[in-house]
Amino acid sequence: MTTSFYPVILATVIPPMVFAIAWILSNRPIPSMNKLSPYECGFDPKNNARLPFSLRFFLLAVLFLVFDIEIVLLMPIPLSLFLNPMSTLLETTISIIILMLGLIHEWNEGSLDWSS
Amino acid sequence: MMHLLICILINYLLVMVAMAFFTLLERKVLGYIQIRKGPNKVSLMGLPQPFADVIKLFTKEVSFPSSSNLYPFIFSPMMGLALALLFWSLYPYSSPLFFPMYGALLFLCISSLNVYATLIAGWASNSKYALLGAIRSIAQTISYEVSMALILLSALIILLSFNLILMTSSQWSSISLLLPPLFMIWFITTLAETNRTPFDLSEGESELVSGFNVEFSAGSFALIFMAEYTNILTMSLFTSVFFFGMIPLGIFTDIPLVLKTMFFAFLFIWVRGTLPRMRYDKLMNLAWKSFLPLSLSMMILSTSLIIII
Repeated sequence: MTTSFYPVILATVIPPMVFAIAWILSNRPIPSMNKLSPYECGFDPKNNARLPFSLRFFLLAVLFLVFDIEIVLLMPIPLSLFLNPMSTLLETTISIIILMLGLIHEWNEGSLDWSS
Repeated sequence: MMHLLICILINYLLVMVAMAFFTLLERKVLGYIQIRKGPNKVSLMGLPQPFADVIKLFTKEVSFPSSSNLYPFIFSPMMGLALALLFWSLYPYSSPLFFPMYGALLFLCISSLNVYATLIAGWASNSKYALLGAIRSIAQTISYEVSMALILLSALIILLSFNLILMTSSQWSSISLLLPPLFMIWFITTLAETNRTPFDLSEGESELVSGFNVEFSAGSFALIFMAEYTNILTMSLFTSVFFFGMIPLGIFTDIPLVLKTMFFAFLFIWVRGTLPRMRYDKLMNLAWKSFLPLSLSMMILSTSLIIII
């Protein structure tokens, strides 16, 4: 184990400690049914709160995945500009034009319109 | 080994203290924006107000809704704070503990993991409002993350490095002067990333009561709150690291960095006191139809700029 893991270790140790302090200090009255039911502005919760799948948000997530993978592919540009500037410029331009065309296609198809 | 742990611990504890006083700053500034005083009763001019808040939050009643999934419900606030603290291991001051070569990459990784804390919190509390708030907040964060990564990448292309320490110790010029529009969309994107006011759709008070954190109380809520405000400070720190060059002042080089960070943190509050909330479809259109094409073209611009220079 290298020293680079120490921040991770401490960052995972501190929040549970804060939570433990809060747990020890907290006030604990007798639980009642109304307090323990999920909050719904004065109504009794009727159905299961886990809503069925919204296609709108799902499409957005798919779009995000596509673009995020492209970003991962573009990540090494700052380093490869050191090694081979001209060909990096060429490759960057080509891949961004492809991304742009994809974006225009999505736009044309209407999957970027939130309210339709 | 031990001294390293103690240094990191001090780093994290000071971040939490900074976050506490940042909440006080926010309440004060919002107070003066609305022509009232803000907290001024606790001891000396209300200065220890954050500590009073912490004691109040921690002694409140803990309630776990009966229908919630207990373990994710407890786990998610802790995860949020852990990720928010982890950012600060990258803090590039002039005598850093670590010299990460790819600090900017780690920054991107942690900021994309932040989504999961919200997702788990909203799903595990098993309440309609919480779930809707979480879904909205995730959709927003995801959309803005694409343009955030692209803008950051255009800045990194000009800096030709992923090394944050190098950026704060050798970059004498500032990208915000070279490409002002890039900096402006970066700032707007950070506002959206941290779910702050013009884009705080995740907690639209009138529609969703409080978004994904309705069911949380006492310690769990305190953790979520701390994570949110630490993230604001983090984002303002990285704004000043990436977009504003260092000012060489010998041993005082850190002071301008801190001042710039404070200025951006103040800007977050200022925006909150000024602008009304955006409509959700406009928010999505802003991310996908203007920021994304703009940041893509900015990438070509900065790549060609660096070759010309």
